[in-house]
Amino acid sequence: MTTTNLIAASAINTGTSGQNDHISALKFITCGSVDDGKSTLIGRLLVDSKAVLQDHLAGVQRQGETDLALLTDGLSAEREQGITIDVAYRYFATEERKFIIGDAPGHEQYTRNMVTAASSADAAVVLVDATKLDWKNPQLALLPQTRRHSLLAHLLRVHSVVFAVNKLDAVEDPVLAWKHIQGALQSFAQAAGITVRATVPVSALKGWNVVDAHAGWCGYEGPTLLQVLEALPNTPADTALPLAFPVQWVEKSSSSSSDTSQGRRVFWGRVAAGNVAPGTPVQIFPSGQLATVAQVLDHARRPKDVPAGTSAGIILDREVDVSRGDWILAAPTAAAAPADDDFGDTPTAAPAWPANRELRTTIAWMDDEPLVAGRVYWALHGHRWVKAKVKAVVHKLNINTLAEEAATQLDPNAIGHVDLLLQEAVPAAAFGTARVLGSLILVDTASHKTAGAVLVN
Amino acid sequence: MNSRTDSALLEKKTNDMSHHLNNSHLDALEEETIFILREVAAAFERPTLLFSGGKDSLVMLKCAEKAFGTKASGGGIPYPLLMIDTGHNFPEVTDFRDFRAKELGAELIVRNVEDSMARGTVRLAHPGESRNVHQSVTLLEAIEEFRFDALIGGARRDEEKARAKERIFSHRDSFGQWQPKAQRPELWTLFNTRLQPGEHFRVFPISNWTELDVWQYIDREQIALPSIYYTHKRQVVDRKGLLMPVTELTPPRDGDTVETRDVRFRTVGDITCTAPVESTAATAAEIVIETLAADVSERGATRMDDKTSDASMEKRKKDGYF
Repeated sequence: MTTTNLIAASAINTGTSGQNDHISALKFITCGSVDDGKSTLIGRLLVDSKAVLQDHLAGVQRQGETDLALLTDGLSAEREQGITIDVAYRYFATEERKFIIGDAPGHEQYTRNMVTAASSADAAVVLVDATKLDWKNPQLALLPQTRRHSLLAHLLRVHSVVFAVNKLDAVEDPVLAWKHIQGALQSFAQAAGITVRATVPVSALKGWNVVDAHAGWCGYEGPTLLQVLEALPNTPADTALPLAFPVQWVEKSSSSSSDTSQGRRVFWGRVAAGNVAPGTPVQIFPSGQLATVAQVLDHARRPKDVPAGTSAGIILDREVDVSRGDWILAAPTAAAAPADDDFGDTPTAAPAWPANRELRTTIAWMDDEPLVAGRVYWALHGHRWVKAKVKAVVHKLNINTLAEEAATQLDPNAIGHVDLLLQEAVPAAAFGTARVLGSLILVDTASHKTAGAVLVN
Repeated sequence: MNSRTDSALLEKKTNDMSHHLNNSHLDALEEETIFILREVAAAFERPTLLFSGGKDSLVMLKCAEKAFGTKASGGGIPYPLLMIDTGHNFPEVTDFRDFRAKELGAELIVRNVEDSMARGTVRLAHPGESRNVHQSVTLLEAIEEFRFDALIGGARRDEEKARAKERIFSHRDSFGQWQPKAQRPELWTLFNTRLQPGEHFRVFPISNWTELDVWQYIDREQIALPSIYYTHKRQVVDRKGLLMPVTELTPPRDGDTVETRDVRFRTVGDITCTAPVESTAATAAEIVIETLAADVSERGATRMDDKTSDASMEKRKKDGYF
């Protein structure tokens, strides 16, 4: 490289002024069955967007041909078996956006990895293999894996679902196949209540409509898969709710620890719902003490108002007992109607986030040992660990239809409705309302394995 | 910079990517890193931060300063720094490590591979063998000595295939081993930090950063680095495209032509297995531009020891390597 080039190039803004409101990196997962061409699709996205470096590309040559799947199947066991056994995270950028791909495995026994990847994803690309479908039939049946992955993404509130219909280049009549498969996907999504952002016909192998358009193929004139991804929204934070703030870490006062009157302890955490500003009246959970927010710091200690989704440091106007695992919640609001008792001229105050000990939940079970009634697990909610007893397995969900079926236990990779009884109440809310308040994990008390992903109903 | 990079490619890449020289995405990465650094402080009893004086650990240290404040402001990083020294590190880097630790008022623990060799727990196949892989033994000895329950490391998922698969909170058994098939699912940001006695976690707060992100952050935050990250003249021999530095530990072989070139290090580690790249970049901003145009990965351009087998990192991690 010459110096002139460098000077010309460094005229581009790399400094501190680039603080525009750009859409953030999109985290998306790719799902599909084994052999649907998922790894090839990712390889195609990386190669055609020029994100793959020469030494990595040189490592995936087989008999003179580039095998794109080898770019992502990194573990030796995966290369031996030709399958993906765990989520791999890949990074690439285009002119429009940065991307993080969670490459989730398709094998049924690795559903837990798909749930893992989906829990932090903004979008899910569900790969549909045209060659495996009865594409001549206008009423064709989708593969169970397509339904399973879409429903899982839907259940976990992945914000956007995109279908990529792959291998249409390998069927006899791609136009007809595309028409019928697209129709089947539409009616399935409609029945399941899934909002689909886009359905794109692609050939991962040939690179059609992945990064580069293959104009008019199958009669499709819409955006390529990459263009779809570039335009997808990030998952919105739960800002339009009362404040909920799980305390992650308590920063001791800068003065001596015995001198609490001077102590301005900072309560650090990530705002789970609403936003926090000086003057916000709050109530501490579980102690119930009331206080007012005196000052708010952002994640890097600059004074600010902080919305849901980002870290904050909260300083209260008075000394209250707060430790890791507690919650700082919006103060109770006075109920509009008077309390319904005979002496009721004092209005009762309703907590912004009422606490519960009994939870009706949907659990994705990940442990090798089945979930059965009576077992006790550790549950993590926010930063609070509590014991949780399985009161009852209510239903098992048919993974292909989400229909409820009678069950007494949840086997590995099953999903079902379960009643939990907690040792102490937590301010849990429905996952559909507030993600952070509505999600927990269950941890086996003996093996310490993460055994279940819990969504509060 | 690799000499194969031609200016047309550079121009195309910088035009394509100019959009991304906007660095607002760094705020999200920084926020995630700080959240994880605080989680370790709160969830573990005896954590430590692996600090080599290299660019990734200096980025982590900067985030730690923001997370916890400095001694001067009444705060400070609530865990010690740990360095496993092979004895084959570049003096510019170890000097910088000591300077930064002192500047921060942080406790710095250094444990030496040479001490393990003296104890007999590390045995080299031959005296010239790279000590890089043997760091695992000394690291595990240090973990036992201090009973560390969490070790924060600066590994990034974009570095290597096996790293791309590892969780942010990576559980290790009592032998320090990583079990890729038995990784704990990592759901939302609910980190399961429960341990059995003798086990520990490796924690990677900058998992989601890329080499480019690191350099953009160094540029934005004006983070000081050891001098060898920037262009300097150095005696090297060109061995199959890799520039090997000529040092006491790596003398020229018969038939080698020793040349003086303008080079910088994209990564620094053990002298015996770290190669510089040709470059005239003297600032982080210039390195950002070079990184955009790079056509060879950081490890591909610089590390000898990863080339032996495609699965070498996976194998080493299973053996307790970072």
